[in-house]
Amino acid sequence: MTILTALFTSLPALLATTSPAQDKAVAFVGGRVLPIASAPIEDGTLVVRAGKIEAIGARTAVAIPVDATVVDCKGKTLMPGLVDTHSHVGGGWGADESGPIQPGVRMLDSVNCRDSGFQRAQAGGITTINVMSGSGHLMAGQTIYLKNRDADTIDGLVYRFADGSPMGGMKMANGTNSQRDPPFPGTRGKSAALVREQFVAAQEYKRKLAAAGNDVEKRPARDLALEGLVEILDKKRVVHHHTHRHDDVLTVLRLAKEFDFRVVLHHVSEAWKVADEIVAAKIPCSLIVIDTPGGKLEAADFDASSAAELEKRGAPELVAFHTDDWITDSRLFLRSAALAVRAGCSRDTALAGLTKNPAAMLDLGDRVGTLERGKDADVIVLSGDPLSVYTRVEQTWVEGVKVFDLAVPDDRRYAEGGWGVGHPRVETVCCLGGGEDR
Amino acid sequence: MKFVTHVTLALLVSSSFSGLLAQDVAVRAQVVHTSEGAALRDAVVIVRGGKIAAVGPAASTPIPAGMRTLTAAVVTPGLVDAHCVIGLAGHLNQPQDQDQHDPTAPIQPELRAIDAYNARERLVEWVRGFGVTTIHTGHSPSALISGQTLIAKTRGDTVDDAVIVPRAMIAATLGADSRDEGKGKSPGTAGKQLALLREALVGAQDFQKKLANAGSDATKRPDRDLRKEALVDVLLQKVPLLITAQRHQDIESALRLQKEFGFKLVLDGAAEAYVVIDSIRAAVVPVIAHPPMARFWGDLENGSRETPLKLRDAGILFAFQSGFESYVPKTRVILYEAAVAAAHGLGADAALRAITIDAARILGVDSRLGSIAVGKDGDLALYDGDPFEYVTHCVATVIDGVVVFEGRR
Repeated sequence: MTILTALFTSLPALLATTSPAQDKAVAFVGGRVLPIASAPIEDGTLVVRAGKIEAIGARTAVAIPVDATVVDCKGKTLMPGLVDTHSHVGGGWGADESGPIQPGVRMLDSVNCRDSGFQRAQAGGITTINVMSGSGHLMAGQTIYLKNRDADTIDGLVYRFADGSPMGGMKMANGTNSQRDPPFPGTRGKSAALVREQFVAAQEYKRKLAAAGNDVEKRPARDLALEGLVEILDKKRVVHHHTHRHDDVLTVLRLAKEFDFRVVLHHVSEAWKVADEIVAAKIPCSLIVIDTPGGKLEAADFDASSAAELEKRGAPELVAFHTDDWITDSRLFLRSAALAVRAGCSRDTALAGLTKNPAAMLDLGDRVGTLERGKDADVIVLSGDPLSVYTRVEQTWVEGVKVFDLAVPDDRRYAEGGWGVGHPRVETVCCLGGGEDR
Repeated sequence: MKFVTHVTLALLVSSSFSGLLAQDVAVRAQVVHTSEGAALRDAVVIVRGGKIAAVGPAASTPIPAGMRTLTAAVVTPGLVDAHCVIGLAGHLNQPQDQDQHDPTAPIQPELRAIDAYNARERLVEWVRGFGVTTIHTGHSPSALISGQTLIAKTRGDTVDDAVIVPRAMIAATLGADSRDEGKGKSPGTAGKQLALLREALVGAQDFQKKLANAGSDATKRPDRDLRKEALVDVLLQKVPLLITAQRHQDIESALRLQKEFGFKLVLDGAAEAYVVIDSIRAAVVPVIAHPPMARFWGDLENGSRETPLKLRDAGILFAFQSGFESYVPKTRVILYEAAVAAAHGLGADAALRAITIDAARILGVDSRLGSIAVGKDGDLALYDGDPFEYVTHCVATVIDGVVVFEGRR
């Protein structure tokens, strides 16, 4: 009986999942809307349909479609779903202990899409996630950009390049984490030398590929590692580079210049010390905001003022934040931006640093990061100002589908914690999948 | 003239007492949270000779002419971190600055925090800049009994300048953090942990009996034993046993142990307290709850941000701790932690009490600090807005009337 009831009640949910982009419109009415791309709208209307934003504007300027489901947002604040450029949700590891450089390894093949970390991220308003390997390798493999839908397979989450392949960058690191016993490097100089050696090999490989042209006989044997590196040289794949100390940051800038690759600096605890150089090179920074300096040598001079220092030099677009989940909690991602404001960053830059700027850093700026007509309907509904401690994420919508609702007990537990929440996602309806198994 | 004499006397008295120059200082604020009752609007706190001399509405609490006066939007009592490892676990996280855990034996109650506390550690200065004036710190929750704790003010260049209670508690830990599951290592299970603890306490009972039998006859006394002496003081309720236990079965084990040996118990962590809340209430045991932003994995995988709310509703005395972190961030900040609890249903007033007067009560120092009341230590935290808001700054910290931090953190 229970099973029958479950089957019956979950059928609509099942059908909904098979076609997540809803054809019926949803209208968010009456809230304070922060489009990020433009000025706040005090009494706004946002209409979404088929997974995209159909209209946005003042309530008086936007007609609510007759078929629309209306979400009353009076007293609420709406903003784009948050974009986390650096997360470890999904419990996956990419590269293993066999060596410091493993560009052929893909996070795609490691992530557990049913890890409850994805639900906690939804509870924090995060709708796009760059999931990466750790920082114990100079090159830890290909990262994966995920849309934080409710999905039962990794394929249901991945963003894709124009050619259809899973979208992601390349995780690199320098500094102390990747210095270990052989075969890992023991010094900073050796770390850089090993990386240069690989990029030089990739240049040679690329040259041979080009020389062979369409002649399959002349092509060099396939090399998965070098293929990954060639994608960096071709600028298809962005390097996401763990780096903390001022001199390590400058080493990244030097290598990026030598091999002409695109890079986002990650963590950048000492960005405030080398902000002039970062801004001159126009290199984006995905900043971590931690509560206390230290915990390891390269974070000893962490300061939350890095965002403000980049902004002060006229480069607010270079500022993004990330959770580094579990280092900071996906459910508190808004807090990272707020603490940067505490340290002198403007509110506008801080909010762009959670949305528009990180979307651009993942080459997803045309799809997500702002509330604009034609973009993905990734929207969060907040109880108040995004930068207040008392504000809660009340709803998270991905492509026009509500994936988190604080008012629903099964969702709320991912926001608060509690029995079993740390386990992989709890399947309350066996075997059917769909929207009810969160 | 008369007033000047008074100041001079106060300075002399306090300098001979602590080696520091206590000051007279006045603070005027739009809101004063005293942790003694409703907040005061447009109020003044006057500190003389390091002690609070007056607190009240600005209109009826005159500031003596010439007294140094600080202003702020909001003033709270100096914050009390109910449990941390600051001063023992250094910010660099390198072997030479990690003194919170000695792994050579599972039970070492003789290790004193006063022999390890580094008053000049950077993290002391760091939390002071957020208004934290008192810390309960010591050996970490990494061994069955890792050692002793102390209570210190976040001031001073030496442990003697800083410490106010040299031996506050003895720190015990149940659960995964004090198990060693390596082959041949012990304790490797929860059962073995409790067996070892009971064995140590039974040994202390035996030692206590021999001491009592010997009376004043020195020839009959057993040889001194630092380890047993420390545990005898636990049995005599001279010092509480702080038991870190996150899982419900470990919490129940701590309560069972307390019932068997009759010591003063302070529960620590207690991530699954909400499952056994009736047992905790029945035992009338206070709880130093895990940081609300603690990572919910391992023994904390069932942790909840709503636990403080449930403790409050059950009438259980609780406080917050910054706890122990083995990586980044090396310490949490209780101001930040209480803020998140406040926003998750606890409310700002109860959250503030949990890092001021209720923390002081659990630590047994509430007659001296933890609230803004006449006669208590002149420990104050000044903010430019709601202390819990992310974008608010701590603008000054006062300890015993001395302004130990001024800035914008």
